[in-house]
Amino acid sequence: MDTLFHAAPFTGYVYPNETVIPWTVLIVIYPYLTGLVAGAFTMSSLYQVFGMQRFKPVAHFAMLTSLCCMLIVPLPLLLHLGHPERALNPMITPHTTSAFAVFGYAAAFYVILLLLENWFVFRPHIVKQAQQRTGLLGLVYRVLTLGSYDVSEKAMSYDKKWIFALAVIGIPGAHGLHGYVGFVFGSLKSREWWSSDLMPPIFLFSAIISGVSLLIVLYIVSCKLRKVPIDLECVKGMAYTLWGFMLFALMLEAVEFASLMYRGREGIEMILEYVRGPLVIPFWTVQLAICSLIPVLLLSFMIGTGTKGNALIAGVLFSALLVLVGVLMMRWNVVIGGQEISKTGKGLLTYQMPWVEQESGLTAAILLMAPLVLLTVAVRFFPPWDDAKAAH
Amino acid sequence: MEDKVEKFEEEGRRKFLRLFGGAIGGGGVAIAANALLPAAAAVEAPAKAAVPPIPNYDWSKHHWAFGVDATKCIGCLRCVEACKVENNVSKDPHHFRTWVERYVTLEGEEKARVDSQHDPVNIAAAGGEGKYRFANRYKDAKVDKAFFVPKLCNHCTHPACVQVCPTGATYKTADGAVVIDHTYCIGCQYCVQACPYGARFFNEEKGVTDKCTWCYHRITKGLNPACVEVCPVSARVFGDRNDKQSPISIFLRDNRVTVLKPETGNAPNVFYVGIDKEVS
Ligand code: SF4
Ligand code: SF4
Repeated sequence: MDTLFHAAPFTGYVYPNETVIPWTVLIVIYPYLTGLVAGAFTMSSLYQVFGMQRFKPVAHFAMLTSLCCMLIVPLPLLLHLGHPERALNPMITPHTTSAFAVFGYAAAFYVILLLLENWFVFRPHIVKQAQQRTGLLGLVYRVLTLGSYDVSEKAMSYDKKWIFALAVIGIPGAHGLHGYVGFVFGSLKSREWWSSDLMPPIFLFSAIISGVSLLIVLYIVSCKLRKVPIDLECVKGMAYTLWGFMLFALMLEAVEFASLMYRGREGIEMILEYVRGPLVIPFWTVQLAICSLIPVLLLSFMIGTGTKGNALIAGVLFSALLVLVGVLMMRWNVVIGGQEISKTGKGLLTYQMPWVEQESGLTAAILLMAPLVLLTVAVRFFPPWDDAKAAH
Repeated sequence: MEDKVEKFEEEGRRKFLRLFGGAIGGGGVAIAANALLPAAAAVEAPAKAAVPPIPNYDWSKHHWAFGVDATKCIGCLRCVEACKVENNVSKDPHHFRTWVERYVTLEGEEKARVDSQHDPVNIAAAGGEGKYRFANRYKDAKVDKAFFVPKLCNHCTHPACVQVCPTGATYKTADGAVVIDHTYCIGCQYCVQACPYGARFFNEEKGVTDKCTWCYHRITKGLNPACVEVCPVSARVFGDRNDKQSPISIFLRDNRVTVLKPETGNAPNVFYVGIDKEVS
C-alpha cells in the first residue's frame, strides 16, 4: 500500500500541518498543460484571425494540438482530488466566491469551442472520408459529418465565417482560461510568493511561449518523419513570435521579482534565503540561465545575422526545446516554490517528489506524454498538413 | 456501518471526556488519555452530568468565541492529546487541529527560537510519534524570555478558506464556527493553501480536509471544546458572546486582546492575551 502521506523536511519554524505539502507535482502539470493549450491556440489564430499566411502550414495542426492538450487538462486535477467521484460538485453547486468554482464551466466551454472549431476545420476531410470509406471507419466518419455533406463553395465560405468567429471567441477564451489559472495563485493572500497582480499576465506570456515552442518542435519533427521539406518562412515566423513573446515574459517576471524584493514585506528574509539557497539550481540556473537567456540570445543572434537553412532550423529547434523545459521549471518554481516557503515566514520546507505512486513523477511524465499520444493518433484521422495533397 | 462504528467511538470518547473533565483537578491523568480510552469507554457516565444543557440547539441564538491566555500556558500539551482523541485525528506529528508553539529568546539573541510538536527533537523527547512533549532543549542555555502559544483554527469572520472552497463544503455557521461537510468536500485542498494560519490539513484516510471545529459536536450540547476542558491552567477560554456572563465575554471585557495576522483581513475569533510581536 502507498504511504498515506510524505512529510517534508524543514528548517526553521513551519506550522506543523505545513509539513505535508498540499499541491504536488500534478498541480505543476495542470498549468503547464493549460498553457500549451493557450499557446497553441494563439499560434493558430495568428493565421485564422490575423491572416498571417506564413503560419498556414501549422494553423490546423496547432488547432488539433490545442484540443489534444485540453482533453488531458482535467486529468491532473482529477488525480489530485481526495474524492474524484465528487469532481462535479463544484459544477452542481458552484460556490460563487471561489476562484476555482468556474473551472468546470470554463474548461467545458473551451473543450466544446475547440471541438467545434476542429470540426469546421476538418469538415471537408471528414465528408470526403465518409463518402469513400466503408466499414467501421466509414461509419465513424459518417457519424462525424453530423449529417452535413455540403462542401460546395458556398458552404465552405460559410464554414470559414464560423472558423473565424470561433477563433475570435477562442482568443479571449484561451487566454482567459489561462490568465485565470494565474489568478488562482496570484489571489491567495496567504503566500507572499504567489500573491501578485502580475501572476495572470506572467502565466499568460509563459503559456504563449510554451505553446509556440511546442509547435516549433512538433512541426519540425513531423516534417522529418513525413519526409517533407520544412517551410522555412513558417519556422522563421514562429521563431520571431517566440522571441517577441519571450521578451515580454522575461520582462514581466523580472518586474514581479523586483517588486517582491523591493516591497520587502514581512517574511522577506526567508524569501531571500530561499532565493539564494534552494532556488540556485531550479530557478537561477535552469529556468533563467539555461532555458531563458540562452534561447533569447540565440534567437536574437539568428535574427540579427539572418541565419538561414538548416542552421536556422537547428537553432530554433534547440531554443524551442529549452523554452519547453524552462516553462515547466517556471510552473514548478511557482507552484512548489510557493509551498516551500512557510506561511510562518520563519522556515523553509523541501518538497520531495515520489517517483511511483498516484501523485508522482511517473504520473506527471505520463500526463505530459498523453497529449502527444493523442495527437499522433489524431493526425492519422484528421491530417492537418497543408502539404497533405503534395505528399500523397 | 463504518459511520456507526465511528459514532460509537465518538460516544465513548465524549463520555470519557465528561468523566475526565470532572477529574481534571487531579491533573496528571491527561497524558494517559490514550491508554485509558478503551476501558473508559465501557464506564457509564454519571447520570446527571450527561444531560446536555442545550436541548434544542438553535444556532441563531449563539455566538461562539475562543480566548487564549498565553501567560498561563505551561506547554503540557494535554489539549493536543485530548483533541487528537476526541476528534479522531491521526496521531502522527503532521496533522493537528490544535498545537502549541514555544517561543524562547536566549540571552544575547534578538530573535526567538520557535518549535512545536513536529520538531524532531520534541518527537524524540516524547518517545516517538503519537506522543507529544516539549523537549527540555534549553536547559543548558541562558534563557531571556520564554512562553507558549496554543494555536487552533481562528474561525475567522472573513474566512479565506470558505472564500476559496469551490463546492461550498466548508462554510461558516450562524453561531460563528467554520466547519467542513465531509460528505461534500472533494479534497482539492485549495482551502489548505488559503488559510494563512496553517490551521487546515488533509485527512488522507478520508480524502477530505480537516481542521478544528471548536468541537462542534460538544458545544452544541452545551459542553466545552475538549482542549478547554482538559487545560489544567485555564489558558484556553470558550463561550458564548451573547451571554454577557460567559467565560469568553468576561475574558474579552477584562483583557486587551489581540488576534493573529490581522493584516490578512480574516478577522479571527480566537483572541490572544500575552503574546509577543513575533507570534504570527
Ligand atoms: S483560521 Fe484558517 S481554516 Fe480557520 S477559519 Fe480562518 S482561514 Fe479558515
Ligand atoms: S478541500 Fe474540500 S473544503 Fe477545502 S476547498 Fe476543496 S472542497 Fe472545499
